Amino acid sequence: MKQVEFSLSRWMDGSGPETDMVLSSRVRVARNLKGHSFSCLASNEQTAEVLGKVRSTIDDIVELKNFTFWMMEDLTELEKQALVEKHLVSPLLARESKHGALLLREDEAVSLMINEEDHLRLQVILPGLQLEEAWREADYYDSLLEKELEYAFDENYGYLTACPTNVGTGLRVSVMLHLPALIITRQINRLLGALSQVGLAIRGLYGEGSEIIGNLVQISNQVTLGHSEDEIIGNLGGMIRQVIEQEQNARQALLDKKRAQLADKAWRSLGLLKYAQVMSSQEAIQLISDLRLGYDLGLIKTINHRLLNELLVLIRPACLQLLAHRELTESERNLERPVQIKEALARYM
Amino acid sequence: MLCQECRRNEANIHIVKNIHGKQTELNLCEECARKKDELDFTFEPQFSLHKLFSSMLNQSLRDARESNEVANTQCQSCGLTFAQFSQVGRLGCGDCFAAFEDKLKPLLRRIHAGSAHNGKVPVKVQGRVRAIRQIDQLKEELQVKIQNEEFEDAALLRDCIRELESAVDKGATVVEEDDNSSSKGEKQ
Repeated sequence: MKQVEFSLSRWMDGSGPETDMVLSSRVRVARNLKGHSFSCLASNEQTAEVLGKVRSTIDDIVELKNFTFWMMEDLTELEKQALVEKHLVSPLLARESKHGALLLREDEAVSLMINEEDHLRLQVILPGLQLEEAWREADYYDSLLEKELEYAFDENYGYLTACPTNVGTGLRVSVMLHLPALIITRQINRLLGALSQVGLAIRGLYGEGSEIIGNLVQISNQVTLGHSEDEIIGNLGGMIRQVIEQEQNARQALLDKKRAQLADKAWRSLGLLKYAQVMSSQEAIQLISDLRLGYDLGLIKTINHRLLNELLVLIRPACLQLLAHRELTESERNLERPVQIKEALARYM
Repeated sequence: MLCQECRRNEANIHIVKNIHGKQTELNLCEECARKKDELDFTFEPQFSLHKLFSSMLNQSLRDARESNEVANTQCQSCGLTFAQFSQVGRLGCGDCFAAFEDKLKPLLRRIHAGSAHNGKVPVKVQGRVRAIRQIDQLKEELQVKIQNEEFEDAALLRDCIRELESAVDKGATVVEEDDNSSSKGEKQ
């Protein structure tokens, strides 16, 4: 069996439009097989049957030949956690699925979770703002699977899902944004309030209700029934463009007033990332954000988005341990983190 | 400061939550924070709609408390009762949508943009879906014709509807697969 290794996912490569504010665009569709109980109610035998059906379908589809297949039960806790940190597997699948599995394309842009809350969760993550492209890819693979598998579909309710919040298109579209200027100038709450009014969900990087860390925010659709996929993507894309414009204005205003301070902060962050000996993930995330803002404002030039994205993921606990090839306690991780950060910086600078 | 959870490790994570204006603070070590899912690195909404939905369901269940009938409504395919569903917020199988339709429909209308799917349709059922949507449309036209006393046209429409309905019942409306198998945008 292929081991899970720390590798660069496509979404981290720093390409794509609007990368100075948008880290990644993600599309996922939820699908279930007709005539089978949904995962939460299904017995062990039933989930095994679903897995068997999906597995044999996958094996027959030529376009999926280069994908890697993993059974969740064959992975170590560390490997599962690293896949979660890279957004390739949901915490639910990593934690408690029966006969859960993952199918992953080589560039890690396309993944299929099997026996998650729904039988199938197909996901595409691309760098920058590429919602339409991500949907096109997801639609392509969904249609390939759908030719062979019979999905639970109702002419009124669309694709049937375990949670009624996903029914219809089964489509969840999210964008991860870096919004330091709106956060520093305290305009973020007003903006987020406005977004929730139009039916979009906003979260910090670390889940609902928690503080925004590293100035990273995820915005996603909530409505999945009644709108077509194109409408859902168009609506979200339209709102994201407005957020980008406001962040742009806030950045310009900051630059006009505090250019020297911003440059100082970015260079100091780089200094700490280069030379610190002990570092928590919280501190690292904040430093990476300050450095990213400095780079995006043209105040520091020797780095790039790919490095910043790689840093953001490699500092996470499980990825760090995969890179170090051993298990580490929390305090050992705080020592290992600066080592790995320095190595990454050396590769790029 | 020691971690509020395990009281062993140094608390190096300070979490401030502000939910509907109610602020709570937590000081945790990294291990406990992760255990509590406070540091979940995830794209999925942990909360929100599910909890909101669940509380809406409970409300509708409370509204109907006088009749045990609603709570005991059961899906014949998977055995899930409406009461169980409203506790976990997850349905047991595709047939649950029909079994709990009366209760689900108003809830779906509240959280979504209506209660009718307007997106992609699997190629395998496109013909059937198209026929069903056409029947609905023809029925509306039929009402108009009857109101306008255009009975000859109405009779033609009625025959057409019957023909389509019997084709749907027999499953005889499978369309040929088109090469661009993507089938999005089947608008009503």
